[in-house]
Amino acid sequence: MTDVLAVAEHRRGDLRDVSYEVITVGRELADETGGDLHLAVIGGDVDAFAEDLNREGVDAIHTVDHGEEFNHGVYTQAVAQLYDTTDAGYVVTPNSVNGLDYAPAVANRLDLPVVTDVIGLDASGDGLVATREMYGSKVETTVELDADRAVVTIRGAEWPPAEGTGDADVTAFDADIDESAVRSTVTGFEEAGGGDVDISEADVLVSVGRGIEEEENIELVQDLADALDATLSSSRPIVDNGWLPKNRQVGQSGKVVTPDVYIAIGISGAVQHVAGMKGSDTIVAINTDPNAPIFDLADYGIVDDLFDVVPALIEEFE
Amino acid sequence: MKVLVTVKEVAEVEDDFEIEGTEIGSQYLTYDLNEWDDYAVEEGVQIAEDGDDVEVVAVTIGPERSEETIRMALAKGADRAVRVWDESLEGTDLLDVDAKVRLLEAVVEEEDPDLVLSGVQAGDDAFGATGVALADEIGFEWAAVVNQLDLDADAGVAHVHRELEGGVDEVTDVELPAVLTIQTGINEPRYASLRGIRQAQSKEIAPKDLDDLGLSAADVESDLRLTEMYEPETESDATYFDGGPEEEAGQLADLLRDKGVAE
Repeated sequence: MTDVLAVAEHRRGDLRDVSYEVITVGRELADETGGDLHLAVIGGDVDAFAEDLNREGVDAIHTVDHGEEFNHGVYTQAVAQLYDTTDAGYVVTPNSVNGLDYAPAVANRLDLPVVTDVIGLDASGDGLVATREMYGSKVETTVELDADRAVVTIRGAEWPPAEGTGDADVTAFDADIDESAVRSTVTGFEEAGGGDVDISEADVLVSVGRGIEEEENIELVQDLADALDATLSSSRPIVDNGWLPKNRQVGQSGKVVTPDVYIAIGISGAVQHVAGMKGSDTIVAINTDPNAPIFDLADYGIVDDLFDVVPALIEEFE
Repeated sequence: MKVLVTVKEVAEVEDDFEIEGTEIGSQYLTYDLNEWDDYAVEEGVQIAEDGDDVEVVAVTIGPERSEETIRMALAKGADRAVRVWDESLEGTDLLDVDAKVRLLEAVVEEEDPDLVLSGVQAGDDAFGATGVALADEIGFEWAAVVNQLDLDADAGVAHVHRELEGGVDEVTDVELPAVLTIQTGINEPRYASLRGIRQAQSKEIAPKDLDDLGLSAADVESDLRLTEMYEPETESDATYFDGGPEEEAGQLADLLRDKGVAE
């Protein structure tokens, strides 16, 4: 019988959605191990956060009142100390940019295996069975470990958020933070983008991905956007290549968009992209690969070469 | 100053492929330098070009086959490379983070770099954890998912941007020595020039086995086992248009008009 320690995440005064999802995962694991679910909330307005996080299934909440924003040096020390003071076997954190900035260090420090970007978990047998994707979501795998101790980072939006009101014991944990070991200083935040257009305001988006192959072909998709009186957006690789500015990027690290119509052209539908556009009313996908994950959430699909379909579509509207 | 760049040869999978046990049939795979590592190499080479007396060393964990890929890093400007491999790793279908950290830690001990750059993740197993775990193990400071780097080696600090979710960057000062995991888009990776490719032929790729690194097979045993691999169930309930490009475009145009687009 081991307990589970889940860690919440917040930024600039707000808890992030995945905080409620780590509770769901933590509760499921604790039910399987027969232990309690402990939840850590570190930094910021910890008392207000604790109140909000006191949801059904949480047995104990530990607040660590240290700093306003995320700092991996503080998080690594605090989580490792909480692990040692509880009977935790599993640690569950978000597989977020910040989660990946401390969870591997926690695992290393505590000599625990680490399994990241997990989309399914089962601890009902001996040890742990985790489901993960490989090769850019082309395959799913199961990964097993014999231990009942591990650090697990969970992909957001794969589990439902915890709801209801809990009756967890909320206690302040007096973490012994060695300040000399905190050698990074967050000096601020910057919003990416700005610029000429706000894609999150558009009713119709024509979105271009890696399938466009060359920078000069962007013009073809721009012509379609013009013909449809739509706004041009893109997936990450287009922005990485410098073919379009960052403010055009749809996805986890770009903008979340919810247009009436989203036309994905030459976009495979990586999970990070999908996170930014799955709320669109109508999704149309054009891609040569019938197995591209974008078709899993498309309402309408064309399995064909964009260089044949897009010119024909432009002609329809000229 | 010495910059160590961790690089990995990764397999890319064709659109149509078959799974054999817990791996993809080798005929469906092509090998290339991990996309994230390409940006890390470029960042290291740019640091060398901007500074005096900077050596860029690439390190990889991989079989002899991966030398071709590592040579691409040398052709792009890395000075030399270290390739770690051991026959005891041959049968491993998943080298876990801890095993990679132990191997890389041994190389760090030998090389004594001031800065370690790694890609955020590998395109194959996408763990995204090795850089941070390594930093903790070797007592370096770190920053994950760096999309902007301004190195002030004299002051012993790296001014970085970390790319958070939702179009927000965290602006952070990181004390050196440090491990930085590099995100795509931080720079524009150069193509290897013909001259670079020629020069790379004479650059050193030093092979190291466990013995060379003072490690035993037990040190690099993975806690994780890959037990199954399968294609995810497709959940597509899309309406497909077909019949050739013109007809497909026609049907889509009708749909868009119905939706009130471009009226």
